[in-house]
Amino acid sequence: MKRYSKEHEWVELEGDVATMGITAFAAEELGDITYVELPALGKQVKTNEVLCVVESVKAASDVYCPVGGTVAAVNQELDGEPGLVNQEPEGKGWFCKLKGASPADFNALMTAEDYAKFTAK
Amino acid sequence: MRTTPLHDHHRQLGAKLAEFAGWLMPIQYPAGILAEHRHCRELAALFDICHMGEFQVRGPGAAAALDALLPRRASTQKPGACRYNFLLDSRGGTLDDLVVYRLAAEEFMLVVNAGTADADAAFLRERLPAGVEFRDLRNELGKLDLQGPESFRVLAACGVPETAIPPYFHWTLLPLFGMEVLLSRTGYTGERGVELYLPRQRVAECWERLLAQPQVKPVGLGARDTLRLEMGYPLYGHELDPETTPVEAGFATLLEPARAATLRTPQKRLAGFRLEGRRAARAGAPVRNPQTGEPCGIVTSGAFSPSLGRAVALGYVHGGEAPAPGSIFLLGEGAAPLPATVVELPFWRQGTARAQS
Repeated sequence: MKRYSKEHEWVELEGDVATMGITAFAAEELGDITYVELPALGKQVKTNEVLCVVESVKAASDVYCPVGGTVAAVNQELDGEPGLVNQEPEGKGWFCKLKGASPADFNALMTAEDYAKFTAK
Repeated sequence: MRTTPLHDHHRQLGAKLAEFAGWLMPIQYPAGILAEHRHCRELAALFDICHMGEFQVRGPGAAAALDALLPRRASTQKPGACRYNFLLDSRGGTLDDLVVYRLAAEEFMLVVNAGTADADAAFLRERLPAGVEFRDLRNELGKLDLQGPESFRVLAACGVPETAIPPYFHWTLLPLFGMEVLLSRTGYTGERGVELYLPRQRVAECWERLLAQPQVKPVGLGARDTLRLEMGYPLYGHELDPETTPVEAGFATLLEPARAATLRTPQKRLAGFRLEGRRAARAGAPVRNPQTGEPCGIVTSGAFSPSLGRAVALGYVHGGEAPAPGSIFLLGEGAAPLPATVVELPFWRQGTARAQS
């Protein structure tokens, strides 16, 4: 089950590996994504730190790390095809996998239902 | 915030609306900026440009009065011709950029930017001599831009044959959908197209009937910005402002030499930058010397270029001479500024603006 942050990232946790990206709501708000600066493999990121940058035609936005960990994999396909983030933000448009993610951080995030209410405000 | 006569139409089309120069304008429709940009390069795009301002200047001495006020002459412009021009302060700082339409020997229409229109009107009213009438047409006229390689075929399907369309940078009066419109073969995209001026209360009807043509889609100000950026066209408030002369912005050859001589000495020059990848340098980012890292200018516009598939930027480099094509600079702050190569403008060289269909 995915969890969601107030900064509009989604996270899915399997064991201690968290897969994350930006939410459909965020992708829609940003409009056409033209560039994703993926984090370096092996980079250690703390919870709520800036993980990377996503650019749309109009602007660049920081992407925060909702659960800390070490970057274990990045979605290389976004280099050539950043539009995947608009097409399938919570699937093929994933950003990276973080190893050593804390379940406590994960559980502190919003459920899909809570996030839907949060974005409806 | 002001709205155009098409506000409800934009809402119904699902546009994202945002403030631009005091107006609530469509930035994009659901298709998105990239698709809208492509549509204009390939088919025909319709833009609501009712926020821009139109003034009429007429009466005996109108041509001479405009010659005295503007750095390009109006008196040598033929009736039927349009000419890109500027409003300058006493030192040559740019108060606005505009297009002057010569309607008759002593009758002109000036088309100005939305954000500067009030100040332009005051500037002109104050300086035009007695006997030359200034009329503000902003409440009477609306403006729609139809741009794209298919735009003449669209007009033909609406009863305007291609033979009725004037040459590049000329205008004509013609009937369209039973109304008289002023149509000029001008635009801000680099593609074949026209700008239409018509009674403001009939803009909605014209919009609907043009959109009913299968090749036409609505395009917002987001794509209008990337389209003009690819052509290297200046956007007032970015490449042009009171701190910038038209010579610095690259328009030296257009200016009347006697007037150009009165401008302050150029202190910077506009350059076009092609970046290596998709990541953009944004307006306000420093331009830096690649050897020393020292700031030597500023980016004024920057975005991913949909037609080129990489980022491009316009910006100023300090100094009296324009940097040579091929020169390398670094754009942006921090540890990883973006390398960029100076290239000749326009970035997009396959535009159809001057070509017949």
